[in-house]
Amino acid sequence: MIRVVLPAHLKMLAKVSGEVELEVAGPPSPASVIDALEARFPALLGTIRDPATQQRRKFVRFYACERDLSLEPIDASLPDEVTRGEEPFFVIGAMAGG
Amino acid sequence: MSGVRVLVGTRKGAFVLRADGARKKWDVSGPFFGGWEVFHVKGSPVDPNRIYASQSTSWFGQLIQRSDDGGLTWEPVGNQFPYDGVPGTHQWYDGTPHPWEFARVWHLEPSLSDPDTVLAGVEDAALFRSTDGGASWSELSGLRGHDTGSAWQPGAGGMCLHTIIVSPKDPRRIFVAISSAGAFRSDDEGTTWRPINHGLHSEGLPDEDAEVGHCVHRIALHPSNPDVLYMQKHWDVMRSDNAGDSWSEVSGNLPSDFGFAIDVHAHEPETVYVVPITSDSEHFPPEGKLRVYRSRTGGHEWEPLTKGLPQEHCYVDVLRDAMAVDNLEDCGVYFGTTGGQVYASANSGDSWEPIVRDLPAVLSVEVQTLA
Repeated sequence: MIRVVLPAHLKMLAKVSGEVELEVAGPPSPASVIDALEARFPALLGTIRDPATQQRRKFVRFYACERDLSLEPIDASLPDEVTRGEEPFFVIGAMAGG
Repeated sequence: MSGVRVLVGTRKGAFVLRADGARKKWDVSGPFFGGWEVFHVKGSPVDPNRIYASQSTSWFGQLIQRSDDGGLTWEPVGNQFPYDGVPGTHQWYDGTPHPWEFARVWHLEPSLSDPDTVLAGVEDAALFRSTDGGASWSELSGLRGHDTGSAWQPGAGGMCLHTIIVSPKDPRRIFVAISSAGAFRSDDEGTTWRPINHGLHSEGLPDEDAEVGHCVHRIALHPSNPDVLYMQKHWDVMRSDNAGDSWSEVSGNLPSDFGFAIDVHAHEPETVYVVPITSDSEHFPPEGKLRVYRSRTGGHEWEPLTKGLPQEHCYVDVLRDAMAVDNLEDCGVYFGTTGGQVYASANSGDSWEPIVRDLPAVLSVEVQTLA
C-alpha cells in the first residue's frame, strides 16, 4: 500500500481529504503510482504528467523521505519506506506568486 | 418568469450571477474551481442547463468542466487535446520553426443544435470538436494544416484561437480568429479553411496585403444577418458585408480604435458595442474614463455610454471575451473588467450598474437568457 499526499487543488479535483492510499502493481515508481492514482481518480488525468509527453509537469515536484525525486527518471523505484507504507509519496505544486 | 444567468470566468475561478428579467437583484455564486484560471464559460443554446467551462493553471494543466444543472454542480470531463498526426511547426518569435504545443483552451462554443457537441479554440492555435459532451476531443486539423499554418506566429499573449462563431443560418459555415494569424472561414463544417483578411491593415506587417499575420482580437455578428461581421482588431474596428471576403474600417469617431471586446445588440443588427482602450502599450481606457461606445449605424458614428460607469481614475481593461448581450426585450449588455467588476445595462447600454465589484480579474462574460 502506497500513501500519497496531493496538493490542495488536486485533492479538490479528486474529492478527497487527507492522504490517499493506493495498491500499486509491481515495484512502485512515480509513474506507476500516478498510473494507479489516475485509474482511481480519472479527474486527475493529465494534471500531474503532461498528456503528450507523459513527463512530470514543470511546476509539479515529487518528494519522499525528505528527498526531492523530481529530477530522477519517472519510472525509477521509490524508496523502500514508501513501498512499505511507512512514508508518503508527496505530489507538490511548485511555489509561485500570483 | 424570464431571467438571465451571467457566466463569468476569472483569473481565480468562475462565478455564476443570476437575476430575474428586471436584472436589478442579483444572486452571486462561486467561486467555482477557486484558484484556477477560467478562460471561458458558456452554455448550450439548446439546453441552458448544459454549461461548459475551461479551467487551467500552469501547475496542473487543462481541465474541462461540465454542468448539467445550470451551473449548480460541475464534473470534469475530457481534457486531452491531441494535435492530429505529427504536429509540425509554426514560427516562433524569432522566426525559427517551433513545435505546436498545447497550452490551454481559450474559448468553448457549444453547438446551436446539439448540447453534446462543442467546439474548443486552443493555444497553440487549433480547433477541436467534441460530440460526446466534452468527454473526448478531436482536432479539425484542416485549419492548422492550411498552407499558411507553418507561417503563423504568436502575439505577445500567445498564439491562441479565441473566437469561434458558427453561422446561425448555415451550420457548415464556421468563423474563427487567431492571434496573431487572423480570421479564417470554413464552409464545410471545419474540414477546409481559407483566410478572410482582405482589407485588414496591420502596423508592423511589411506586406500591406498580407494574407495572414493580423492580430484580430474578436469578431461578432447578429444572428439575423450572419454575412455582416464586426471585428475589433489590435488597432481598427472593421466591418465585412460579405462574410469576411473583404473588410472596411468603421472606427469613425472613436477616441481610440484599439480594444478587445466587441458585440452586437440582440435585436438591432446595426447596433454595435466596443470598449476603446488607449493603445497597445496602455491597456486602459482613454483619459481614465470607462466608456462603452455604441454605434447604431453599423459603425462609423459612435456615441459614448457613460451613465453609471467610472469617469475618472479608471485604469482597467476589458478583455476580448468579456462582453455579452442577453435576448430580453430590453436588450441587456454586460461586460467584465480586469479590476473585477461586472457591469450590466438593462437598457441597451443607456445606463450601467455593477453586479459585482471585487471579483478577480475577469477573463470572460457570457449570458444565458432563460425562459
